[in-house]
Amino acid sequence: MSSDSHGATSITSSGLKQPYHLVDPSPWPIIGAFTGGATLTGIVLAAHYHSWWMLILGLIGTLVVMYGWWRDVLKESSTPGLHSTIVRLGLRYGVIMFIASEVMFFVGFFWAFFHFALYPEHVLGVVNPTWPPPGVLTFDPWGLPFLNTMILLLSGTTVTWAHHGILHNDRKALIQGLTITVVLGLLFTCLQAWEYSLAPFKFFGGGVYPAVFFLATGFHGFHVIIGTIFLAVCLLRATKGHFTAERHFGFEAAAWYWHFVDVVWLFLFICVYWWGAGEIAHH
Amino acid sequence: MSAQDHAAGHGHGHDDHHHHAELSFAQRWLFSTNHKDIGTLYIIFGLIGGICGLIISVLMRMELQSPGMQVFSSGQAWNAAITSHGLLMIFFSVMPVLIGGFGNWFIPLMIGAPDMAFPRLNNISFWLLVPAFALIMAGQFVGSGAGPGWTLYPPLSNATYQSGPALDFVLFALHLAGISSLLGAINFITTIFNMRAPGMTLHKMPLFIWAMLVTAFLLLLSVPVLAGAITMLITDRNFGTAFFEPSGGGDPVLFQHLFWFFGHPEVYIMILPAFGVISHIISTFSRKPVFGYLGMAYAMVAIGVVGFVVWAHHMFISGMDVDTRAYFMAATMIIAVPTGIKIFSWIATMWGGSIEMKTPMLWAVGFIFVFTLGGVTGVVLANAGIDQYVHNTYYVIAHFHYVLSLGAVFGIFAGFYYWIGKMSGRQYPEQLGKLHFWMTFVGVNLTFFPMHFLGLAGMPRRYVDYPDAFAGWNMVASIGAYIGAASMVLFLYVIYRTFTSKERLADNYWGEGATTLEWTQSSPPAFHTYEVLPRIR
Repeated sequence: MSSDSHGATSITSSGLKQPYHLVDPSPWPIIGAFTGGATLTGIVLAAHYHSWWMLILGLIGTLVVMYGWWRDVLKESSTPGLHSTIVRLGLRYGVIMFIASEVMFFVGFFWAFFHFALYPEHVLGVVNPTWPPPGVLTFDPWGLPFLNTMILLLSGTTVTWAHHGILHNDRKALIQGLTITVVLGLLFTCLQAWEYSLAPFKFFGGGVYPAVFFLATGFHGFHVIIGTIFLAVCLLRATKGHFTAERHFGFEAAAWYWHFVDVVWLFLFICVYWWGAGEIAHH
Repeated sequence: MSAQDHAAGHGHGHDDHHHHAELSFAQRWLFSTNHKDIGTLYIIFGLIGGICGLIISVLMRMELQSPGMQVFSSGQAWNAAITSHGLLMIFFSVMPVLIGGFGNWFIPLMIGAPDMAFPRLNNISFWLLVPAFALIMAGQFVGSGAGPGWTLYPPLSNATYQSGPALDFVLFALHLAGISSLLGAINFITTIFNMRAPGMTLHKMPLFIWAMLVTAFLLLLSVPVLAGAITMLITDRNFGTAFFEPSGGGDPVLFQHLFWFFGHPEVYIMILPAFGVISHIISTFSRKPVFGYLGMAYAMVAIGVVGFVVWAHHMFISGMDVDTRAYFMAATMIIAVPTGIKIFSWIATMWGGSIEMKTPMLWAVGFIFVFTLGGVTGVVLANAGIDQYVHNTYYVIAHFHYVLSLGAVFGIFAGFYYWIGKMSGRQYPEQLGKLHFWMTFVGVNLTFFPMHFLGLAGMPRRYVDYPDAFAGWNMVASIGAYIGAASMVLFLYVIYRTFTSKERLADNYWGEGATTLEWTQSSPPAFHTYEVLPRIR
């Protein structure tokens, strides 16, 4: 063995048994890939042929896969020896990277927002470039949007309350904190749906402002729903006593995700609702 | 597998150290959680995708062999063909083989890990490509096909100019391929950060691992932006939004920004893994360690970082103001510096080495030649002033085929010949491998070199027909393409000969030049390697 390659290496045995989790063969990935494919194909079929069966089948299949896959993960996490310390570290890396990619997804929509809001003159045919575009009325940021901001910020504190409950082996505090967080998440979603129903602009054919507004806030709302479900699953697991002060990464991942959703909202509130507000619509 | 004995008494609740002999066909190949098997699936898939893309390119060269309409029935049929060609080659050939195939096989083997960090996630990353491939094919064959080109620019890609579902199938295919890439990137990053053998610090990682790490980060941060862009395109097409629709206050140039913020890192995503492969091959067959290891590693990091802030050099004629163009021109040229570090370090690695011109080395040296040529034309194109004249001409086609169709693909073949013995335990036929190289080398250069002349003479890309003045070099290019296609047939025969070979290989069949961890394992390696972790000093 050459001793001077790639930074002077020599290879010996460490004598250490590998500490990782070699997962058993699983049917979920391949089924999930095809149900995911069916879901997206189903959207095209629904949009172009008004045929919904593929979309419904794909969605149901995907939900079944999600249930089966995560059920397996939970089983493994409670099987001694599988989720070793280093495996749990790997899960942390994985969730951080996943959230990083989600951040970049929202960067795309904020890019669209700032492209139009900062440089409305780039759009051809606009005589008097403004943002929002002429004639578009917007929400009062200090009405429902501000209430929603407060709700999400409050839910960020209650999830930390729940976390402290875990760390101090106080299951009552954990369940209380999580329950309130989930309720606040649901409340946010309901208020957002109500706000949409009051929108002074329409999504379909309403031009660029509603396009940016509804896709940016809509994808955020979708992530709130995912985060709420994630937290609700953690609540269920909390009632079953799955979490200990030493091992509760499932909860931490949900909390990280929730904070990510929270931060995206702060940017939406400040940039889209507040800084990007035009003439306020009054109901 | 003696390592199985070590499993006993280490607190494992059940037997997760099954031998592959106990697995049924479906368990092994459909429900796989094994990095080597999933890597093999990726390579086979990429080969199929590449052959589909190659067939389309032969049809394209038959069409362009002489002026007039020969093969394609209409301009839209041609548009659909070039769109499929680009997407198939990028997402269903180069990326699956270089990243999914070699990455899966050799990241764990080279860092001394028993598998990837998330084996199930690894399998869904592969299988998502299958429905994605089906949707790309739907895009080719449904209605009049999807024909906006792989860059998908509106208004070409809006509901007026690409009506019907074909393009929507393609956009959702990209969503699926994108999810596959993202999950793969998360897996690779976690594996590399979390599962290196004791003693393997970041500065002792093999260069292929550095290449895959940078590639994975590029995927992680750029693919979601594409997902956002094509989501906006889908809602523009189907659900009445106006992101790229000037009549509703939107702007098509926004799509170009979003697309190229993904698209430029994407070209490094395709070439960086090849950089990694080439470094190992040059070192192995020169019997010398890589010259300037740290410089080589950080050159890739630099290419990755700077690669994120040069995207608008693809948009020099989109109406950007001159200051913006000056910035993107300068930033783009900066990338020539780390790239130059790589080229010269490969040459310095060979310098004074005891060089053995086996087939992988031929491909690697060929890589340096074609990649340097493509890199130099890249610097030419980086000039905003020159780009205004050659934008969207065959000069651009020549440039990016020299770095990708030749560069990345030479990287694939180099890696194949280097590692097929390790992966299969059987050696390729040396003489046929060399013949394959020379046929490909002559074919692709004959195809793409004349395109520089065509581009400088003003032949625009993406047209099904051209004035008679361009006929001569087009004929040469088509002949080159047929030679290239014939070399692919020869390659299939090489594969056949490899897998029917009786010879069995030793652990390290390249000898003392090959020093990375995979050469300590048997050829082919055990189903589960590194049950006992190696130590690097």
